[in-house]
Amino acid sequence: MHAIEIEGLSKRYLLGEDRPGGTLVEAMSRSARRLLRMRSRPRRDEVWALRDVTLAVPEGEALGVIGRNGAGKSTLLKILSRITEPTAGVARTRGRVTSLLEVGTGFHPELTGRENVFLNGAILGMRRREIERRFDEIVAFAGVERFIDTPVKRYSSGMYLRLAFSVAAHLEPDIMVVDEVLAVGDAAFQAKCLGRMETAEREGRTVVFVSHNLEAIAKLCPRTIWLDGGEIREEGDSPAVIDAYLSEEVTRASEETVAGDPGAAVVLRSVRVLGEAGEPLETLLRDEPFHIELRFSVRTQVPGLDVAVWVANAFGTEVFREGWFDHSPDRPSEPGEYVATLRVPPVLNVGEYTVGVWIGSPYETLVDAVVARFHLQGDVKNRPSRSVVLHLPWEVRRISGADDPTPAPHPRR
Amino acid sequence: MGTGTREEWIENRPSRGLRLPDLRELWQYRELAYFLALRDLKVRYKQAALGAGWAIFQPVVLTVVFTLVFTRFARVETAIPYPIFALSGLIAWTYVAGSLTRSTQILVANTPLVTKVYFPRLLAPVASALPGMVDLLLSLLVLAVVMPFYDVRPTWAILTLPLWLAAMLVVVLGVSLLLGTLNVRYRDVTHGITLLVQLWIFVSPVAYPSDAVPEAWRVLYFLNPVAGVLEGFRWALAGAAWPGSVVFLSLGTALVLLAAGVLYFQHAERRFADVI
Repeated sequence: MHAIEIEGLSKRYLLGEDRPGGTLVEAMSRSARRLLRMRSRPRRDEVWALRDVTLAVPEGEALGVIGRNGAGKSTLLKILSRITEPTAGVARTRGRVTSLLEVGTGFHPELTGRENVFLNGAILGMRRREIERRFDEIVAFAGVERFIDTPVKRYSSGMYLRLAFSVAAHLEPDIMVVDEVLAVGDAAFQAKCLGRMETAEREGRTVVFVSHNLEAIAKLCPRTIWLDGGEIREEGDSPAVIDAYLSEEVTRASEETVAGDPGAAVVLRSVRVLGEAGEPLETLLRDEPFHIELRFSVRTQVPGLDVAVWVANAFGTEVFREGWFDHSPDRPSEPGEYVATLRVPPVLNVGEYTVGVWIGSPYETLVDAVVARFHLQGDVKNRPSRSVVLHLPWEVRRISGADDPTPAPHPRR
Repeated sequence: MGTGTREEWIENRPSRGLRLPDLRELWQYRELAYFLALRDLKVRYKQAALGAGWAIFQPVVLTVVFTLVFTRFARVETAIPYPIFALSGLIAWTYVAGSLTRSTQILVANTPLVTKVYFPRLLAPVASALPGMVDLLLSLLVLAVVMPFYDVRPTWAILTLPLWLAAMLVVVLGVSLLLGTLNVRYRDVTHGITLLVQLWIFVSPVAYPSDAVPEAWRVLYFLNPVAGVLEGFRWALAGAAWPGSVVFLSLGTALVLLAAGVLYFQHAERRFADVI
């Protein structure tokens, strides 16, 4: 049984003259001109935010939606939650839909926490009796019991966010549509959001989750669609779709960076990941060192030229970043072609990695992009979650005998 | 709430032709209208020492000024004592002018409500036309206190008061739905509304009675929906003379404006989130 069915869904936005925010006078003079046929009707620029998207989501499934900015992700959510209507096609939903495109919609700074909970709950589609029943839970979850009758303008931004999210977290929709809510707040808040969505999924709710946080998508959603230019580029098991997406993103970013601006002071020519013997490889062995090689040309002298390379793991965590600034005493700044190689010891755990390059000076950034990726193979041992494997030496000393009841003295302060 | 039960599908597809409001859905979302109205009401008088006193302060002060100007400087003839005439007119006018301004701006002033959540949009202007009614009812208490001093007693016509209050709501909604819809795309309305309200008071019987208008102009005059509603309100409350059947002309205009407002709003509503 499906909870969401989408058929041939398209959405067109008009740009240019018909843009929002035009003034009445502009519109009237436009109409007048049109009437007088003084000019042929100007061609409006259009953007298809969605193009012929067809999709079905079974009841109780969590579906991830990924894609670049402007790929149509938010538009899809807005149509699903009926905030806007499609230009063509149809979106059907079954059951109560709650859209979390933002937390705290309708919150008014002058109103107290209590008043805002009721207002926001009503805006999100809760009935008053439902809010009353869950009110204590909502306040406790947010941890703002003491301030519940204080205007929210006196709240810290953290408290405000927690209360706003808490209302959303206590909704009981059949379908939950979530857009990057996790982008706000600190790590603890984000963990809370993710936890809440996991619960929703376990409770059998249908979830559609848009995020740039690929790790969160992979964790929450068994299935993912990749939107590209308003169309479904790929659809399937999350790991496969995310992998395909990442791979293309890196290729694209790398091509754009390497093509670069021909007038720039420094142009990146290539970035390669090389094996121990200097052969280009995409798959490397975990327990062997490898090299990251950059070729770039310096067109005009750049005082204080600096180059940094960083490596991030599949969770987006930067594992290390190495810049010349930290080490190299002799930084080239003369124009010319350069090759720079970084030798990486075998410390990384197995997995997918992306390589980023930053080139600049203390005054400006010339290059800043993710430009390559590689895969490390090998034994995972029993700790697949650790980022680095350092094999650091231990030193263990016996400091007293087993029969001696007196513990070792603590150093006094 | 509102988005139905698990058994039924809700469709979102391009709309064609006339879109009438979904009354069942509006009813399901009625609590939201209540909370939005409550928010308006609370926010308005927060951190104001006079609080809700402002609701009655404004018409009372204006009444004093009007009485001074129109009975001492310029002489205006009214069948009932001028202060009662002015106060009853100003109570109604304060509601119409205030609610019209707020209701026209509600969507633009609360953009996230339009771009981030779904609810039947019609509820927002309706909700912002309601809090003014509370102010109006409070001001009526002042009128009730003042009337005996001028020996003015209400007649049986007071029984029709709810009808006139409803008529005021219809006037406010009709105009604010038309202007509010326009305002979503053209912010000019935000600037224009102040001027409109300032001009409107001159073509409405607030400071002077409608029988001061030359006979030849009366039909045209009562095409202004506020004219008939104001005179009717006064007739119901303060025992003023029944202004005649021209009142129905005003009521007719009000209903036509409401119908036009609802249809225009509903037609444009689906694209609010795209153009706001």
